[in-house]
Amino acid sequence: MSFDIDKVAALARIRLKPEEKAKLQKDLDSILAYVAKLKEINTDGVEPTSHVMDLENVFRPDEVRPSNAIDALLAQAPAHEGKFFKVPKVVDRE
Amino acid sequence: MSYEPVIGLEVHVQLDTKSKLFCPASTVFGAEPNRNTSPVSLGLPGSLPVLNEAALKLAIKVGIALNCHVAERLKFDRKHYFYPDLPKAYQISQYDMPVNKGGWLDIEVKDEKGVVHNRKIGITRAHLEEDAGKLLHEGIKDGTLVDYNRAGIPLIEIVSEPDIRTADEAYEYLKALKAILQYLEVSDCNMEEGSLRCDANVSIRKPGAEFGTKTEIKNLNSFRAVQKAIQYEIKRQTEMVENGERVIQETRLWNEPKGQTVKMRSKEEAHDYRYFPEPDLVPFTIARSLVQEIQASLPELPAARTERFRKNYDLSHYDAHVLVQEKTLANYFEACVEKKVSPKLASNWIQSELMALLNEKKIEIEASPVTPEGMAGLIQLIEKDTISGKIAKDVLPQMFETGRSAEEIVREKGLVQVTDTKLLEEVADRVIAANPSVVQDFRNGKAQALGFLVGQLMKETKGKANPKLANQILTQKLS
Amino acid sequence: MMTQAQHALTLKEAMQTAAKGGAENLLKALTERIATLNPKLNAFLRFSPEKIVQGTAGLLNGVPIAVKDNICIEGVETTCASKILKGFVAPYDATVIRKLKTAGASLIGQLNMDEFAFGSSSETSAFGVVRNPWNLDCVPGGSSGGSAAAVAADMAIAALGSDTGGSIRQPAAFCGVVGLKPTYGRVSRYGLIAFGSSFDQIGPITKTVEDAAILLNLIAGHDPADSTSAPQDLPDFTKTLSRDVKGLKIGLPEEFFVKGLDPEIAKQVQEAANTLKKLGAEIKTVRLPHTHSAVAVYYITAVAEASSNLGRFDGVEYGFRAPAQTIDDMYFETRDQGFGNEAKRRILLGTFVLSAGYYDAYYLKGQKVRTLVRQDFQKAFQEVDLILGPTAPTPAFKIGEHIEDPLTMYLSDIFTIPANLAGIPALSLPCGFTAAGLPIGLQLMGRPFDEATVLRAGHALEQEIGVYKQKPKLS
Repeated sequence: MSFDIDKVAALARIRLKPEEKAKLQKDLDSILAYVAKLKEINTDGVEPTSHVMDLENVFRPDEVRPSNAIDALLAQAPAHEGKFFKVPKVVDRE
Repeated sequence: MSYEPVIGLEVHVQLDTKSKLFCPASTVFGAEPNRNTSPVSLGLPGSLPVLNEAALKLAIKVGIALNCHVAERLKFDRKHYFYPDLPKAYQISQYDMPVNKGGWLDIEVKDEKGVVHNRKIGITRAHLEEDAGKLLHEGIKDGTLVDYNRAGIPLIEIVSEPDIRTADEAYEYLKALKAILQYLEVSDCNMEEGSLRCDANVSIRKPGAEFGTKTEIKNLNSFRAVQKAIQYEIKRQTEMVENGERVIQETRLWNEPKGQTVKMRSKEEAHDYRYFPEPDLVPFTIARSLVQEIQASLPELPAARTERFRKNYDLSHYDAHVLVQEKTLANYFEACVEKKVSPKLASNWIQSELMALLNEKKIEIEASPVTPEGMAGLIQLIEKDTISGKIAKDVLPQMFETGRSAEEIVREKGLVQVTDTKLLEEVADRVIAANPSVVQDFRNGKAQALGFLVGQLMKETKGKANPKLANQILTQKLS
Repeated sequence: MMTQAQHALTLKEAMQTAAKGGAENLLKALTERIATLNPKLNAFLRFSPEKIVQGTAGLLNGVPIAVKDNICIEGVETTCASKILKGFVAPYDATVIRKLKTAGASLIGQLNMDEFAFGSSSETSAFGVVRNPWNLDCVPGGSSGGSAAAVAADMAIAALGSDTGGSIRQPAAFCGVVGLKPTYGRVSRYGLIAFGSSFDQIGPITKTVEDAAILLNLIAGHDPADSTSAPQDLPDFTKTLSRDVKGLKIGLPEEFFVKGLDPEIAKQVQEAANTLKKLGAEIKTVRLPHTHSAVAVYYITAVAEASSNLGRFDGVEYGFRAPAQTIDDMYFETRDQGFGNEAKRRILLGTFVLSAGYYDAYYLKGQKVRTLVRQDFQKAFQEVDLILGPTAPTPAFKIGEHIEDPLTMYLSDIFTIPANLAGIPALSLPCGFTAAGLPIGLQLMGRPFDEATVLRAGHALEQEIGVYKQKPKLS
């Protein structure tokens, strides 16, 4: 199975340059072929692991703790206007 | 019109917690931009979410009130997409193990003939997720501004089954849902402030056939907008299909000024959200004892209150329903009726005369210058025949303007109804003497002529005559 | 004369010196050594004496600790050795940093690594490769190559690294130092820039096993800011260190001793097993049948989590943003220009295995086989208390040798990945050298939360073998 690199790169928001693509395609094809070996393993009745620990019900109380991280962050933001972050115009996509 | 509309509604409601869903940043509305943030809600590298226990309890509360099955086990999942208002490029939401599933909402809709229909609208699920930030486009040249105050606020997403069949039903569904949420005190459900948002899915089909292609409608900023947009969309789709065109599956925006749904400007891509279980959050189990505890703690909900109003106050079901749907209205009514006035009168007077004044001045009922006790005072004067209903209609606005009691105003303006029979008889004699042709008309069988004479008598007494008595006396004298 | 020996101190010794007010001198000695050696080794990405976070009092009394560049320190540039975070100054402290500060540590610099911890050689750093102090033409291992090289070269008294698939243990083995991956959940991940959320652990890279125990004491413990942080009691890991391994049952996994394992390494590990036997432990063979699937499971599941975790590097709030006229260009160009090749490979692969139509066959399947790997360990630990094996299949390879061949690079993690899949604690310690003079590391794995036994056996072995005392020849 070949890796549809254009589709995946679009999903991942990475604009690959032509000179990168060939090598990446080759690498990904071979890695994919390798990991696809797992198909041969019988996993009938096996539960998937999402967490390695049997921990449940971890909560925090509904309390406010103010943070000033934003001040340091805005000071170094790629672009900001007053207290807002700024990005190129977003066409209303809602 | 042989097509049946099929409508489903997705409602996002902000839950009223002090801190955000996964971090201790404040949720207070109206703060300076980006002040209500923390490393977690900003999506900073290395930050991790921890679930707000109160938010989960509120979500369970909502599920119970909507007759859902509250899950024994639930988990969170990551929903991926790129947008500047989403700091982590994924939203922590719930995919296949949501907190609530399989509920319903009972609604009442009045048709054009005034007949009330009951419908049960299914609720597929009501799950927890975090809100995104806000983008500001208006008046910003060369860019868009981003405010993450809203990012991370707990939302409950309530998804209805596609059981709704008309725009009116959609409106009533939203009203009923809002009433429940307000009674639960889980949210202020304020569409202007964004604490309640609604998207509509609309399609049409021939009755009994498969579901047609649906469109999703966004940018609905009020319940009326939802109603109008659905009406428009049903019409648009019907016209298309009748012209042999196919409805395209797409997202459309409601344009309020134009009164139309319009195609989105930007290219729409099919989202591949790449859901997978959130590794930074552990699973949650909900003991049945907790569900029972929360159930027992529920306040009186609209359905129960409506029934109680109907029974205890002898109101029609529909009247009771309308009062109850607005919690503050129902509270006002009950405070008023506590003063032992006729519930029927109270209901009428509050819903018509008082609401008219409040709406005109755009005042909420909780801020009414006429208190429930004051209202009761006015109604008592009517019940005691101290003033007529007509006079009362003039007294109320004065109470509204001045904040003075009904009794004070009536006394001061000398509006006490005249019930002195002797006096009224004297005036009646004068009126009969002054209108011989009308009297003749009446004697000739024209019954309305009496009304004219009563009117003259009322005029003579500056409206203070007891109209019933006036009618009685004149009738007697002319017979 | 005093300052010359200072850089060679262990953490334990440094603490003793610092308790008598010696932190200043220590700092000075290290500063000089770093200035001399770092140009050659490139272990430190950032070391500025004037920017040192200076500690006082506490248990450490100012003893300097160096930190891998993926752990947030407030007010300090933290880049994960990536262009996309160049200039990012963390606005908050990771929990482990907060703990170290409370303990009085001086934080002396950020250590080089594979970009975003993606690698086994520290060659994918955007800021230059790290060199192995034992042989400058060789890699130090990865992704915590800077941490291991710094400790091995006595440029750091002790360091923190992170381990997702072997990133503490393998560089420790390549550099002849000690590296511990704690049980998943033992150490808070709050402030660790995430790679594989259900795999990552911060851990110590040190000169001795005792030092690792000391540092583990300081950084471990339940953290309410991390939902996956274990509520388990925190023992004092130094109290259970001893040279007594009598009665311990130690298993050698059949599947680790296969073709592909360097014979010199196999021999050293076998000798270590003999040493343990001599000390009174019982040596058995155990089976971990799904070992050979481990790498495949990892490069589906960990990489999926990584692709998700790296979505936030988009130029919106922090870090690098490519100049762009439209929002789309901003995303697409920032991420193409900001990420290196290995990062791109993993993001693309991870995105793919989560995407519609492929999730079940890849991600879900990977999670199921992960369960089988965990079950392998659960069964094995019914028969033994510890599992002993090699850390890596080869000694340190040459810089440039595998970098163009990702799959070969990935396979160098074959023995370390299983412990991450199972979440169990694992320790690498030096047990010998190849004929060419390259360090060889062995690995001890234990039951969840049983770092105590792992460290005990590790300490006993280390003291008996004694190679930990050897240092690379550097000027």
